Amino acid sequence: MDAMNTKRQEDAVNKMVQNEIKMSGKDVCVSYGEKQALFDVNLDIPAKQVTALIGPSGCGKSTFLRCLNRMNDTIDICKVSGDIRLDDQDIYDHDIDVVELRARVGMVFQKPNPFPKSIFENVGYGPKIHGLVRSKSDLEEVVVKSLQRAGLFEEIKDRLHEPGTGLSGGQQQRLCIARAIAVSPEVILMDEPCSALDPIATAKVEELIDELRENYTIVIVTHSMQQAARVSQQTAMFHLGKLVEVDETDTIFTNPSNQKTQDYITGRYG
Amino acid sequence: MSEHTVTAFDEDLNFVVAKISEMGGNAESMVARSVKALVTADIGLGQSVVADDKILDALQQEIDDHILLLIAKRQPMAMDLREVVGALRMASDLERIGDLGKNIARRAFQIEDNLPPKKLLRGLQHLTNVSLEQLKDALDAYAAKDVVKAREIWDRDDEIDSLYTSLFRELLTYMMEDPRNITYCTHLLFCAKNIERIGDHVTNLAETIHFMVVGSYDIASED
Repeated sequence: MDAMNTKRQEDAVNKMVQNEIKMSGKDVCVSYGEKQALFDVNLDIPAKQVTALIGPSGCGKSTFLRCLNRMNDTIDICKVSGDIRLDDQDIYDHDIDVVELRARVGMVFQKPNPFPKSIFENVGYGPKIHGLVRSKSDLEEVVVKSLQRAGLFEEIKDRLHEPGTGLSGGQQQRLCIARAIAVSPEVILMDEPCSALDPIATAKVEELIDELRENYTIVIVTHSMQQAARVSQQTAMFHLGKLVEVDETDTIFTNPSNQKTQDYITGRYG
Repeated sequence: MSEHTVTAFDEDLNFVVAKISEMGGNAESMVARSVKALVTADIGLGQSVVADDKILDALQQEIDDHILLLIAKRQPMAMDLREVVGALRMASDLERIGDLGKNIARRAFQIEDNLPPKKLLRGLQHLTNVSLEQLKDALDAYAAKDVVKAREIWDRDDEIDSLYTSLFRELLTYMMEDPRNITYCTHLLFCAKNIERIGDHVTNLAETIHFMVVGSYDIASED
């Protein structure tokens, strides 16, 4: 049966390889000072699909996510080795402009964090500083389009100049997604984007993720197994800093190969 | 297999296993008694089988209700998900086996004291014994989650099919020999057909057990 599982995983990986690979990590190791958080992670992120990273707290899934747009650079003691590529370009190369990288690989955090500015400015800030718009009408167009794509425009179109912080939690999170997509990223990283939201707001964000994958590559860290099963096409399971299994989401949640994955998703862990 | 962090989840799953086993035991007994009622023209025994079908239906209902609630409360994944989906399928197969037993029992009412010669019954009894043995093995394989045994059961269904075919020919010969045998032989033929159908439900059980453990219905590829 082990041979069968190995074969099955190979088949699944081959199938995923047929999809264009947007980002890839090879032998990625991360340490925070003396403590190693990730061990030789090899993971391909297929283009225009949702990849879910799951695993118990402290397993390294958020650490891996934060490597994908060099968010770990902000932590002094953090050391990243291995090879992480975006469209086959090494993102840890010296020539890489990190600000530009983060525009291409956007991020949405666990807690909605709008700027203490108006809804309009929240979304318009990125395109302005990245020089993506030439005129005021260009900017307006980008803001409206981003808010529409984030499924928020209809709800707040009369309040564009009110503070973003005045919105509900779910609306704030969709505002942050609108802000992320306003700079036309290619990849969107989401770190538990729904953990602070109620079920209805969560459903709206999940619906949005499903729509966004037409145009963007998405990597999402989530503690909700059901959410990973609902929104993603590929799921990667982390445990104690190692990637223990990656497969099509449908397979992971009905018939995983790895015992650790099985234990974790069935609630037998710890 | 280690236990769930939430112990009530294990209790929920254990309850389902216990109820499926209970259904299996009841279905097995119903089939055995129905054939006995038929070959001994025991109307009382036949009636008890018909009455027991209600118990089997109630058990299936209980399993359905419990699983519905379990899915709502616990959202089972992976092997747990296969376990509960498999249990639903098994409950449905066992309920059908009970129905087939009830059909056989009802024939006992029509035969009354018009009993045929013993030699006519030998083939039917053999077919019944083999099928009941298969059912019993399937229930054991379920309790032990034994895929090898499930595959063996699945393979042995051919034996039931060929026993049925030869019994069919045998009964046809008796009918041709003496037209007075026709009524009774027809009853026996329907009965044999029902037993053969029970064999098919047992192969479904074997496939479901394979699915629960391995995650695919392709039991034929398992060696």
